[in-house]
Amino acid sequence: MSTLTPTLTPTLVTDTWNVMTRELKPVFREPASVLFAMVQPLVFLALFAPLLPDTGDGSALQWFVPGIVAMTTLMGASFTGANLLQEMVTGSHERLLVSPLSRTSLLVGRALKEIVPMLMQTAIIIAVCTPFSFDLHLGGVLLAMVIMAAFSVGIGALSFALALVSRGQDWLFWTVQQTLVFPLLLLAGVLLPLDGAPGWLRFLSDLNPLTYVVEAVRPLFAGSYPLDTIGAGLLASALVAALGLAVGLRAMRASS
Amino acid sequence: MLPSVVAMMIRTRGLTRHFTRHQQTVEAVRGLDLDVREGELVAFLGPNGAGKSTTLRMLTTLVAPTSGTAEVAGYDVVRDQRDVRRSIGYVGQGNGAGHQQRGRDELVSQARAFGLSRAAAGARADELLEAFDLTEHAGRPVSTLSGGQRRRLDVAIGLVQSPRVLFLDEPSTGLDPQNRVNLQEQVRRLHREQGTTIVLTTHYLEEADAIADRVVVIDHGVVIADDTAVALRSGLGDLVTLGLASEADAVTAAERGARLVPGASVERAGAVVRLRAPRASEAAAGLVTDLAATGVAIARLEVTSATLDDVFLELTGRSLRESDTAPTLEGAPA
Repeated sequence: MSTLTPTLTPTLVTDTWNVMTRELKPVFREPASVLFAMVQPLVFLALFAPLLPDTGDGSALQWFVPGIVAMTTLMGASFTGANLLQEMVTGSHERLLVSPLSRTSLLVGRALKEIVPMLMQTAIIIAVCTPFSFDLHLGGVLLAMVIMAAFSVGIGALSFALALVSRGQDWLFWTVQQTLVFPLLLLAGVLLPLDGAPGWLRFLSDLNPLTYVVEAVRPLFAGSYPLDTIGAGLLASALVAALGLAVGLRAMRASS
Repeated sequence: MLPSVVAMMIRTRGLTRHFTRHQQTVEAVRGLDLDVREGELVAFLGPNGAGKSTTLRMLTTLVAPTSGTAEVAGYDVVRDQRDVRRSIGYVGQGNGAGHQQRGRDELVSQARAFGLSRAAAGARADELLEAFDLTEHAGRPVSTLSGGQRRRLDVAIGLVQSPRVLFLDEPSTGLDPQNRVNLQEQVRRLHREQGTTIVLTTHYLEEADAIADRVVVIDHGVVIADDTAVALRSGLGDLVTLGLASEADAVTAAERGARLVPGASVERAGAVVRLRAPRASEAAAGLVTDLAATGVAIARLEVTSATLDDVFLELTGRSLRESDTAPTLEGAPA
């Protein structure tokens, strides 16, 4: 059985790559699956955008689209733990825990995978909006994607941690996920601007990392590059990624 | 990593695991001492909650022992977790293959986790798909496979790296009788052809009896018997049941039976006599001839070997079937 001789020494990088590509296989085999997580954002886009007042400094869509991208990312990444929840119930999570794959790779590989559906979804949103009054500024969008990538990795890791803690109690996962997602969206000014908001709401909004992410992504989508706003967005998404990975790794190492 | 030469493939000493549930301590496994040599095929038999699965989960690094030690393939299950995981194959109670995945993808991914190159992993996946008769289902989502196909895929995933030890946790639970027999056949063939050390848990007596060289009976977290299935059964002896025409005849039959079959335990209930003794099946013909000569007419005669269920009843005072309603395996090849 010479074919069974391991020719490669698995490392954290190869393990993480293995876990990430495993997670992506169902996505690539059925690309339409990325649409499921976007139904709600697309409905919001269709129903909200026509209601937006013309702010006078460019089309309403130009303001709204980055918010919808952030919403899609937040929803997709926060849903992702549901897949792990299912694998915990059916048994494949247990099989992976007994395999030589490191606990770190089982979490990091999964979290990194979130970047791919995020990119696919953003491409769909842009493709849908470009025929209307939305101008595509590719350089800005690509930089915005870097910020969104770190954010999606962090939220994805938190979602996996929540799934691991819920341990097959689906209601716990969905209650926490649903309770958190909408306040985060509203407080970030994704659907409505918070310009006229009362002080306490502004204060909560200032604590929300998504606020900085969205504020950085908006000018980037419009092709302008205010360095302080972009820096704040990068920092906020990097903090979310760091926090998510730290919490996620703790949960994965305790998993049995 | 070179395979180490180990005297015992599995060695546990005082292996213990407690769980805390509702502020109560449950002693799932209590001081287990177990040695399994390379190449053995061992069944852990016991009712639900006996501690079989917890033992298996400790041996496969899924839960840490509360106290005591366990070595698998020479590696400590707490200190050398990665080495243990590289040495074993594990088929859990659930499906190893993710339900959204395709079967072949899962095999390749598992093989890559063991360090096989892309080409070698692909070749190994195809080889296993062929061996488990899954080639034509390799590209389907696992959720669309039948229960039997999914279970075969799970076993195939557990065998990807030709492990030195294969653990199967209740491999045939939920399978219909035909698939269960097929699975047992595959496990036996693997053991015969590759010499793989195999440890499986089951609460099906027929399965332990049909499949394993050695049966370790576990109840309330301790080993209550450990022997070959044949030895466990023959220790209890055969059961000869005689139905007689009258109670008076039964009294006579019970007396003659006790005298003719040394060491027999004899019970009489009305006109029925039950006689249990080692090799009683061989003595049955002599008893019948003797009773006929005495003028006692026998209406009914039944000779049965002890089953593992009888063994379990004898050891624990409870029937295994009281807690489990297991479909039987009548007609299964022994």
